[in-house]
Amino acid sequence: MGLVNAASDGGAAGAIALRGLTLGYDRHPAVHHLEGVIVGGSLLAVVGPNGAGKSTLLKGIVGEIPCLEGEIERRPAGEAVAYLPQAGEIDRTFPLRVLDLVAMGLWAQLGPWRSLLPHRSILMRALAAVGLVGFEHRPMGTLSGGQFQRALFARLIVQDARIILLDEPFTGVDGQTSADLLALIGAWHAEGRTVVAALHDLTQVRGHFPDTLLLAREPVAWGPTASVLTPANLARAQALSEAWDEDAPVCDRGHAHHQGHDHAQNRVDHAHIPVDHAHEHHDHRGTAA
Amino acid sequence: MIDFLFGPFVEFSFMRRALVGCLALSLSAPPIGVFLMLRRMSLMTEAMSHAILPGAAAGFLVAGLSLPAMTLGGLTAGLAVALLAGFVTRRTGIKEDASLAAFYLISLAGGVLLVSLRGSQVDLLHILFGSVLALDDPALWLLGGIATVTLVGLAALYRPLVMECVDPQFLRIVSRAGGPVHYAFLGLVVMNLVGGFQALGTLLAVGLMILPAVATRFWAIDLAGLLPLSVAFAMAASLIGLELAYHADLPTGPAIVLSAGLIYLGSLLLGPQGGLVRRLFRRRHLEA
Repeated sequence: MGLVNAASDGGAAGAIALRGLTLGYDRHPAVHHLEGVIVGGSLLAVVGPNGAGKSTLLKGIVGEIPCLEGEIERRPAGEAVAYLPQAGEIDRTFPLRVLDLVAMGLWAQLGPWRSLLPHRSILMRALAAVGLVGFEHRPMGTLSGGQFQRALFARLIVQDARIILLDEPFTGVDGQTSADLLALIGAWHAEGRTVVAALHDLTQVRGHFPDTLLLAREPVAWGPTASVLTPANLARAQALSEAWDEDAPVCDRGHAHHQGHDHAQNRVDHAHIPVDHAHEHHDHRGTAA
Repeated sequence: MIDFLFGPFVEFSFMRRALVGCLALSLSAPPIGVFLMLRRMSLMTEAMSHAILPGAAAGFLVAGLSLPAMTLGGLTAGLAVALLAGFVTRRTGIKEDASLAAFYLISLAGGVLLVSLRGSQVDLLHILFGSVLALDDPALWLLGGIATVTLVGLAALYRPLVMECVDPQFLRIVSRAGGPVHYAFLGLVVMNLVGGFQALGTLLAVGLMILPAVATRFWAIDLAGLLPLSVAFAMAASLIGLELAYHADLPTGPAIVLSAGLIYLGSLLLGPQGGLVRRLFRRRHLEA
């Protein structure tokens, strides 16, 4: 049922434009001056050391935390996003059956009152797609870690969103489960959905993700995976990843932004790529300092 | 035997009124208690009942022992505390129990101050243990109205409320309903406590809300089982408590709460879902 990857103007449905984006906590940036476009229908891995801002970026896109500066634009505006957090706030002891957990994904269609019954086949198909046939009436508390992650993927399927964000979806999950879930992600990509996943396993990224954003608070490199995951880039990301400076001075880069780049040292040359030229984002890869 | 069981209710109208009042409360309070228990907020009711007291006392000071005035005062104090605590919890990183504790203590101290300023001897014992055996028409209307509003409200809020309990982050992302649902639920909690303690005393109001709810955890594994069972347990406790009180000449409120307590202890021992006896005599494991 592939989504049409319509426009070639870079405004393809499901695109996410990041403009001078700074996200963080308590004024301290965790993602610093990120500029670029996640093209609609792309399959992007976000890679970087711990504390590099991968989760923060995803939270920013989904709207969980406000931008400190800059903006995020989803295309078309307000396009639904399905998000799988790294450590969600799910209370797994709550007496809920697996089917009802997956059914939460139907909220956008059903709201608080419409009946679930006509949509049962959608739920059963989603459970089948993640290999949880026969689990529908099990209390969710009885699922193993991998099974639970499968159930959450079933909920993502049911949400049927054009943009899907996954925050370290394979942490604590065995090889078989990872492989099954990776196949699902591949299918989403084939359907023209935009998938952004924060990941640690570089082999996985090289094997399955065409594009990669290497992040170390600053964007280090962004483009085709092979050209991003070079030893030099990875070393630079590692070196950049430290430092929460309690007394860091106020950053004026955002304001200098439009005048020039004299402050640009360890980061991507975040040239003023207009959103309309999003298809050029592959040119937008790291400039070695 | 039939006479023994039905006699008190056939013979005395105050017993019938007590039964009707308790059954009404049994319809509304236990389902609220189930959600509170699942949110790990069982003890919140105790705090809330303290938060309500000053409001009711203020109403008493202004208008004497008048049901509307005390209800209004209690509702105001309770809602203020619940909403402020809810607001702080949603807007800061503070956990709900901590913010609730802060506000209920402020409310309670303010209430005590208010009462002592007037130098009046409010019959606090009356408020604590209520007067199940003296339910008049307005009190019954109040309890019936609360039960109606609660059941309709829970039905309307059910889906988002469950989602708010299970995965608040998910609900935040797909909908803006989380905040209003949270506040509406706190409103229902306060309403049930106020109604309950006016008619039956805080002990009974809290007891009928929490004890049956906790007992169901030993029997049912999903809400479809927990909610109706909690109502059934509360009704049984009301009936047993009233019979006990009548035949053994015991105070009614404590008798009903102790009956609910017995149901809880029985469930704790015998319940199939993690009951103690079941844990002692473990059956052999299955093949798969």
